[in-house]
Amino acid sequence: MSDTIKTSDLDKAFRDEVLTEPGAEKLILCFNCTGCTAGCTMAEHEPNYNIRQLLRMANLGMRDELLNHPYLWNCTTCYKCQERCPQGVPNVDILLKIRTMAVHSGIMLDNHRKVAQLMAKTGHAVPINDDNKEKRKKLGMNELPETVHNYPDALEEVHKIVQVTGFDKLTEAQS
Amino acid sequence: MSELSFFLGCIAPNRYPGIEKATKIVMEDLDVHLKELKGASCCPAPGVFRSFDKLTWLALASRNVVLSEEMGVDLLTVCNGCFGSLVDANNVLKEDEKLRSDVNKVLAEVGREFKGTIRVRHIMEYLYDDVGTEKVKESIKYPVDLKVAVHYGCHLIKPSKERHLGSIENPTFFDELVEATGATSVMYKDKNACCGAGGGVRTSSLETALKLARAKLEHAKAAGVDCIVDACPFCHLQMDVGQTEIEKKFGDVFNMPIVHYSQLLGLGMGYTPQELGIDMNYAKNDEFIAKIEKIGGGK
Repeated sequence: MSDTIKTSDLDKAFRDEVLTEPGAEKLILCFNCTGCTAGCTMAEHEPNYNIRQLLRMANLGMRDELLNHPYLWNCTTCYKCQERCPQGVPNVDILLKIRTMAVHSGIMLDNHRKVAQLMAKTGHAVPINDDNKEKRKKLGMNELPETVHNYPDALEEVHKIVQVTGFDKLTEAQS
Repeated sequence: MSELSFFLGCIAPNRYPGIEKATKIVMEDLDVHLKELKGASCCPAPGVFRSFDKLTWLALASRNVVLSEEMGVDLLTVCNGCFGSLVDANNVLKEDEKLRSDVNKVLAEVGREFKGTIRVRHIMEYLYDDVGTEKVKESIKYPVDLKVAVHYGCHLIKPSKERHLGSIENPTFFDELVEATGATSVMYKDKNACCGAGGGVRTSSLETALKLARAKLEHAKAAGVDCIVDACPFCHLQMDVGQTEIEKKFGDVFNMPIVHYSQLLGLGMGYTPQELGIDMNYAKNDEFIAKIEKIGGGK
């Protein structure tokens, strides 16, 4: 990150799109106090993760660096920084907006793709398995919970929704 | 008797059915009838699915809310992650006409419409605000003599804008509800820190996620508690299954029992650890089970 940033490389349209997230216009009020990063639980354990820097890059319009940033996916969405920001910047909401822009550009981590497909297919990010069917029986419960697992018509609704929004295509395996 | 729909989510019914069962039992004993929310799906998880596509996240979350609207009752969840998705989607769609119109176009394809007629409740804030700590205290037949590390988790209290649960830096409502069972809530370092599971981090970078969980477990252990009490099956899984993963990856052994608040309350009401599924945790601790078996007078 020690290279000089050239304004000609910056993508203003990218920044403008980030700022369409409700509340994101406050990003321009950030004066880099670093309170967000100083209190960040993830940064304590992974010092290379720096949400202030990521949001700064967004504000400058550093599209490609940001969408491919190795730490873009480190935020656990604990919202501590968002609560504490003296300027009221919705840090986490903005970060999630940037992540959606990465995914819509075809940049997605393999395990995220898998869990997305699993949810689109079964209606659950964590579906039932044999071990837990047994546990349910042992507790005197039905093997299947009263969710989409037990209602095929309801699962059809989920399938229809992910098809209408394009989520199934968006997250499908890349060849 | 009050009525609510019971939104199960994924991890409670599919990994910790004891939490689902305990919740139904304890709420019934508190004169709150939980109706099945038939055909509900994943909430879907706020940090991960919202990171992929906001409209899909909102549409699936609002479908779950609509199922409860159609029953004419408020919706109850026992999971911070589900609360995060459902309360935030419910509130934003009540306020933002444009988003609501976009979402309703999607829901129309499955014959449903978001109307914005109900509230989304989390069991902890529902117990505190609507049932009350006094009534919880009265329901206790056998005081739960345990030292407890309370884990609020993140999405129960944050973002705070729509939650109105008091201080997010030093919240007390969960501790008060724990103490209402007769247990002692013990202060521990970085009590409000995240468990590390959310935002898709557990899915994409397990080792990093586990570093956060390890810190929680270390701090709780240093405070000399009998167990950690949470109100979120995902935090629960991260700190319970996480212990076996941490042992494999880092070599640390904690033997820390993880208990959901519904299960803790059930113990005080006289149910056995087996009836509440506390013994079904992935990290086994026979000593703890033997200790809590005595709470109900050894019945």
